[in-house]
Amino acid sequence: MTTRRRIRGAAAVLATAAAVSACSAPGSGTTDGAAAGESVVIGVSTEPDTLSPLLGYGKDGNSKLFDGLLARKADMTLEPALATALPRITDGGRTYTYTLRKGVKFSDGKPLTARDVVFTYRTVLDDDTNNTARSELAAVKDVRAVGDDTVVFTLHHPYAPFAARTVLPIVPEHAAGGQDPNTGPFNTKPVGTGPYILADWRKGEKLTFKANPHYWGGTPKVKKLTMAIVADDDVRATRLRSGDLDGAVLPPNLAATFKSDDDKKTYRATSYDVRVVTLPSGNPVTGDTAIRRALDLAVDRQAMVDKILDGAGRPAYGPLPVDDPWFAKDVERSRDLAEAGRVLDAAGWTKGEDGIRAKDGRPARFTLYYPSGDKVRQDHALAYASDAKKAGIDVRVESATWEVIEPRMHRDAVLAGFGSTGDPDFGLYTMLHSSLAGDGFNNMAHYDNPAVDRALETGRRAQDPEARRAAYDALQRALVKDPGYTFLTHIDHLYVLADRWKGLTTQTEPHEHGFAAGPWWNVEDWQPAA
Amino acid sequence: MTHAPWRPMARLTARRALYAVPVLLVVTFGVFAVAAASPFDPVKAYAGTAALGADQETLDRLRENLGADRPFTARWWDWLTSALGGDFGQSAVMRQPVAEVIGERLLWSTLLCAVAFAAAVLLGTVLGVLAARRPGSLVDRAVTSAAYVLEAAPVFWIALLAVWLFALQLDVLPAGGLTDTGSDRVTFGGLIEHLALPAGVLAVSQLPWFTLYVRQGVGDALAEDPVRGARARGLSERTVLLGHALRSGLLPVLTLIGSRVPELITGALLVETVFSWPGIASATVEAATAVDFPLLAALTTLATAAVLAGNLLADLLYGLIDPRVKLEEM
Repeated sequence: MTTRRRIRGAAAVLATAAAVSACSAPGSGTTDGAAAGESVVIGVSTEPDTLSPLLGYGKDGNSKLFDGLLARKADMTLEPALATALPRITDGGRTYTYTLRKGVKFSDGKPLTARDVVFTYRTVLDDDTNNTARSELAAVKDVRAVGDDTVVFTLHHPYAPFAARTVLPIVPEHAAGGQDPNTGPFNTKPVGTGPYILADWRKGEKLTFKANPHYWGGTPKVKKLTMAIVADDDVRATRLRSGDLDGAVLPPNLAATFKSDDDKKTYRATSYDVRVVTLPSGNPVTGDTAIRRALDLAVDRQAMVDKILDGAGRPAYGPLPVDDPWFAKDVERSRDLAEAGRVLDAAGWTKGEDGIRAKDGRPARFTLYYPSGDKVRQDHALAYASDAKKAGIDVRVESATWEVIEPRMHRDAVLAGFGSTGDPDFGLYTMLHSSLAGDGFNNMAHYDNPAVDRALETGRRAQDPEARRAAYDALQRALVKDPGYTFLTHIDHLYVLADRWKGLTTQTEPHEHGFAAGPWWNVEDWQPAA
Repeated sequence: MTHAPWRPMARLTARRALYAVPVLLVVTFGVFAVAAASPFDPVKAYAGTAALGADQETLDRLRENLGADRPFTARWWDWLTSALGGDFGQSAVMRQPVAEVIGERLLWSTLLCAVAFAAAVLLGTVLGVLAARRPGSLVDRAVTSAAYVLEAAPVFWIALLAVWLFALQLDVLPAGGLTDTGSDRVTFGGLIEHLALPAGVLAVSQLPWFTLYVRQGVGDALAEDPVRGARARGLSERTVLLGHALRSGLLPVLTLIGSRVPELITGALLVETVFSWPGIASATVEAATAVDFPLLAALTTLATAAVLAGNLLADLLYGLIDPRVKLEEM
């Protein structure tokens, strides 16, 4: 939920160096390949712990080094990548069959076969592999190869969004097999089928990728991609301004300083990255439906977007962002303090002398934690408390580290952040299903609503898209009637990039972003502007 | 001049090596104990941000795979026995064998420390002698007060100041890293350029001690009989200062060299962090916060060995330079 920031930055002047070398050595046959559009240096705040998909690298796609069976387009719909087509779904949604693209080779020249796919999935699912996202594939019962080019997945139960999980990058068995997947050399020296090859990784400083000349999707125009790890936002902005970086992910206030810069463009990516207050069912105040509804009515979401996010975000009326195809339009609602008061009055929460409501001698008071150091969450928490106060609810805001917050999550509210892309099931099931209440960081509020549980089950099992839509519509409406979470805002992610390429896009992004997100999600397709 | 006392030196080295064994045992055991008592959760540190979305089953499975539940004494013993066999184990948090983690970073850290230390010793000696030559002179007062100011300044602050001045304001030196962001090849010229600021800052942070000690040592020596005798014999001031006063004044400084190694290492950790120097600093921080026992133990052993070696070196030098010192008695 937090973006960790550990590492600090380095410096130089690539853009000018590239320009100078391009001018001073025309036709001298330099192997530098540093023409303006052919090399790009991006500043991001964190680096991956590993480059092995077996441990979770690139599990949501855009891994640069690898390809999945499927991939996501700019609009987040699925398209075939290593598979020739979307999967054939049989047996009432329990069997998924993929046919592999012919002639695909790994960067070491060996061909891709169905055995590599089977090896990848079996290793990820292995108990001894320290993959943190293994539960995302929990539905898989068996994966097997039929011949060299067909892979068949058998699921425990029908799982409608399964195809979206098969963007998981495929690793070669000959390079990644026969070693400990947790600490073996494949973690730092990966071999894949992807558009780029790892040239160098100096941990904490940068990763360098060079174009894969034999990429099955055509050699990328951007020949060299450098990801510089610069944890500090201000340092990243300074280095972007000096020309050392061509692009960077930046917070709204720093991105705004590049507005008047003619040779840089700002990209705003919408996201599923939601800021939300968990209202634990176990706490007599936050577990009360009237209190939950009153809080939901009292918060001024638009003000949070305008004041805290400088407009770079959208009000969140539920877990799904307002522009999502699954979003139920009729749950959009405006702030209504008077109604919040009526709800509380009707439920017996009456105002005392100090303006704080109480019921049966219990004051409407609870503690809201936010992870210390996270300015955006701090601002959200304080705004939330001030809105709640207007409805007569006393929210005490406190900051703490996750070590302190975790044991208190079942009774105290937390300003949390979530957001998974790809399918509504991915984020919603773990956040709302009562069977996962308090299971690690799943369902932090211990939310328990039979109507929501039913909708979640239907959503993941039904094969008919219309039935799924109806289920998720019902779920979003049920959440308005019993809001166990107060959804506040969906945060936009901002990127500033030198204007040397044309037609760049952004995807709708998950909570985690920077490396695989941003306008460089498809850097292999970039076309130099000149 | 008599030839070097090789036999006593070898004997001293052997004695110190024996003595190092219990020290290393105690230090590594202590590190395991402190790490086990720390509030950091190895599973959370391993999973990173993914832990904040993980279910309990995943967290439990990781805990078991990482062996995080076993008592630290058992883990220490396992580590010790396999380390004696030459296997330093696997670093869970770096997803790499420990030997590889250290191998790819040690050279850069050693380079940084060696250059900084050499610069600090040389510059400190020069400044100290200049200051001691005429106590109370303008040079002496300037050098002494500058030394006190620098001694009081935290090294990371000096580092940030240096980045601000040389990289951002003057734009003459790179702010960090081993190479320019857009290039991968480590060239000699590029390395010198990128080494200048971190090594300079580290040297400056070690400088005040040496300067002040040399000034004190040489100042005292100037008042001693042999120096007065040399002056009386009409030897040139240069010979008196460098040949007599400096030689006897440097003796106490030599012992300092050994004792300064721990400070040099901690200083290097801070400097490496500020300048994104790809040395062992980030690995150390990561190993500590992730309670990554094998990596932590290896790094501690390395640091302890460096300190012990530094002390040994100081003693050996002392014995070589001062004939009155008997190595057999150390």
